[in-house]
Amino acid sequence: MLTQTSVLIQTTATQAVGEVASQQPGVWLAVGQIALLLLALAAVHAPLGAYMARVFTSPRHLRVEKAGYRLMRVDPDAEQRWSTYLLSLLGFSTASLLLLYGLARLQQHLPMNLGFSAFDPAGAWNTAVSFVANTNWQWYSGEAAAGHLLQMAGLAVQNFVSAAVGISVAVALVRGFMRSGTDGRVGNFWSDLTRTCVRILLPMAFVGALVLLATGVIQNFDAHTAIDTVAGGTQHVLGGPVASQEVIKELGTNGGGFFNANSAHPLENPSPFSNLFEIFLILVIPFTLPRTFGLMVGDKRQGWAILGAMGALWFVSVALITWAEMAGPGAAPLAAGGAMEGKETRFGLAASALFAASTTGTSTGAVNAMHDSLTAPGGGVTMFTMMLGEIAPGGVGSGLYGMLMLAIVAVFVSGLMVGRTPEYLGKKIGRQEITLVALYILTVPFLVLVGTALAIALPAGQVGIQEAGPHGLSEVLYAFTSAANNNGSAFGGLTSGTPFYNTALGVAMLAGRFIPIALVLALAGRFASQRTVPATAGTLPTHQPLFVGVLGTVALVVVGLTFVPVLSLGPIVESLS
Amino acid sequence: MPGTSSTLARPSASAGAASLFRQTLAGLRVLLVLTLLLGVAYPLAVWGVGQLALPWQANGSLVRSDGTHATSITDTGADGAPVVGSALIGQDFAAADDAERWFHGRPSAAGDGYDTLASAGTNLGPLNPELVAAIDERRAALAALNGVDPADLPADALTASASGLDPHVSPAYAALQVARVAEARGLDQAVVADLVAQHTAGRDLGVLGEPRVDVLELNLALENSEKMNP
Repeated sequence: MLTQTSVLIQTTATQAVGEVASQQPGVWLAVGQIALLLLALAAVHAPLGAYMARVFTSPRHLRVEKAGYRLMRVDPDAEQRWSTYLLSLLGFSTASLLLLYGLARLQQHLPMNLGFSAFDPAGAWNTAVSFVANTNWQWYSGEAAAGHLLQMAGLAVQNFVSAAVGISVAVALVRGFMRSGTDGRVGNFWSDLTRTCVRILLPMAFVGALVLLATGVIQNFDAHTAIDTVAGGTQHVLGGPVASQEVIKELGTNGGGFFNANSAHPLENPSPFSNLFEIFLILVIPFTLPRTFGLMVGDKRQGWAILGAMGALWFVSVALITWAEMAGPGAAPLAAGGAMEGKETRFGLAASALFAASTTGTSTGAVNAMHDSLTAPGGGVTMFTMMLGEIAPGGVGSGLYGMLMLAIVAVFVSGLMVGRTPEYLGKKIGRQEITLVALYILTVPFLVLVGTALAIALPAGQVGIQEAGPHGLSEVLYAFTSAANNNGSAFGGLTSGTPFYNTALGVAMLAGRFIPIALVLALAGRFASQRTVPATAGTLPTHQPLFVGVLGTVALVVVGLTFVPVLSLGPIVESLS
Repeated sequence: MPGTSSTLARPSASAGAASLFRQTLAGLRVLLVLTLLLGVAYPLAVWGVGQLALPWQANGSLVRSDGTHATSITDTGADGAPVVGSALIGQDFAAADDAERWFHGRPSAAGDGYDTLASAGTNLGPLNPELVAAIDERRAALAALNGVDPADLPADALTASASGLDPHVSPAYAALQVARVAEARGLDQAVVADLVAQHTAGRDLGVLGEPRVDVLELNLALENSEKMNP
């Protein structure tokens, strides 16, 4: 009797605690998750940053790399001018596009295709562009369209190499700052690409995959097979090499899920622990590259300033989305007593908000909750975080070069205010330099706004919209924002698997990736050929908190002025209704 | 520095195209080598370690009808107990013929409900009238089914999950179902509540995620406890 009573009390107590916690998720729990995440990121910051700097400055090749170069028949020691570097990058990406398009179009002939047929031409184009451009926008549903070989040898390989392309471009730009009076040589693309894959991404991915395996992410080559369930229905047991792909999907800020539900799927992200680990993987390289940058330019404080601006923007995004989801405004969250539509029980509101801010602040686009069902302000902030140009802290490599471009805008604006020739890290920002930066800043907003306008003006674009009114506009705006910024997440209500959206979003992804890359490399070449000027008393210090503030403000103003009109027709009016 | 710069200073269009073609061929060779390493050797290595060291997890956390673990769907237990699901994937207990005897998971947008070949959320927006109506309807239906006050239903009971395969419900939603399940099975409520407590997990590391109840494992335990104590 006594034990029965104690069990009852215990059960009631457990239930009561659970009830209070699930309905009143304390702010301290959200803070606790963020604190654990920041601790882990801080622990690896200095060693990983130094390691990556060594990878890109060491003259020596590993034995396995030498063997690889012989097979590839490329010279890893030939210093390339920026234009050659760009040609190699474009050649590699063209080859990647062709191979991936071919694999998707010929899927019916591939081994381990699970009986799935070929992608249609528009769909194969969209997917090939999407994965080569580090976007991973997905119009298809993995478990119903993609076989194991296409995923493993096609899509997952691009998750590695497209991430390595982004890091290579960032490193080339940093070399531009390091060098003085050369003829515009910024490194060797083949060496940067190979070293990033072999020395950085592969070892981290292997260890990360084992951690994910232990949490329950699967790794096998079985087909999806039907069984009889507990209560007498049928369900398919899923198979696939998921762990090896899941880890690089996050680490390379790619975001393309093995399954349709992405990181909300229990076999991609089984527990709150795996969830935090995946957020760590998403953020670790983007938040560490500023350290690498600081070490390479010989002034760690410059890295701190870039990191400070990235971290501040990320933190504001996390705080706003967490607040929005916990407050749960809107008719549906109010009716249900909480914004749990499109969220998983094991994550709840806080861990979903943290993931949403991190996946949109980087160019990842993996989701552990359906962003279309986020509250109106929460969804608006995810969109705005992407619109910043993926700098909070941005994709692997692309976040660093994106923030460095804004740093140049910041010194230029500051220079105008005090009437001095602007310079950054000893490089003068003249007419040609600022022209390249201005084109960089304009490219993606142009693609987003023109794409959105076309889609809502054309019947072919209108048919895919699910929601009426402002949320319908948000769906389209989110799609083009995500594609042009190479994010890849979606307001999934939009039916995007149509020839119109597959083609238009494909163009946005391709142009949004490679036009900025070409401009960054051109700038890297100019900097490498410029003589570095010594700092004088009149030089604006770019390592102090004041500059971090200017940098953050420039990011917000540049984006704010561009996107506020369209945002006010979508998420803002929705938040007010 | 090796290489010449003058030839690349101002390439003509045709020279540029020829150069891009050469670089694409080089890119193809590089891609094929990297595919062997990253697309074949690496996933096979992860697979090897997984099958040796973590075979249960690597093969989908499969459970048999007697509650024991299996490493493949053909791996039946000593007494021939078949594999009936994955501990990580929810099943559609609400659609069963004897639905009142089972704990139910959350509403699901995966196919007709918990279809693993169609994982999905509804993607309905926060102001969508269709979604609001569905929530109100569920609130009334679940209150009637479980014999509770409609105001007591927690949000997870009324909303579809992101994956459509959510294996969990909140402890609050599980508690609401105890009386109904106990009555349908002719069990003492305390026994059922005890099983719920046994299958309730707290937050990972004390702060991560939310407390939760694994519905499939709870239902299996319920079924097996009944078999053991008929």
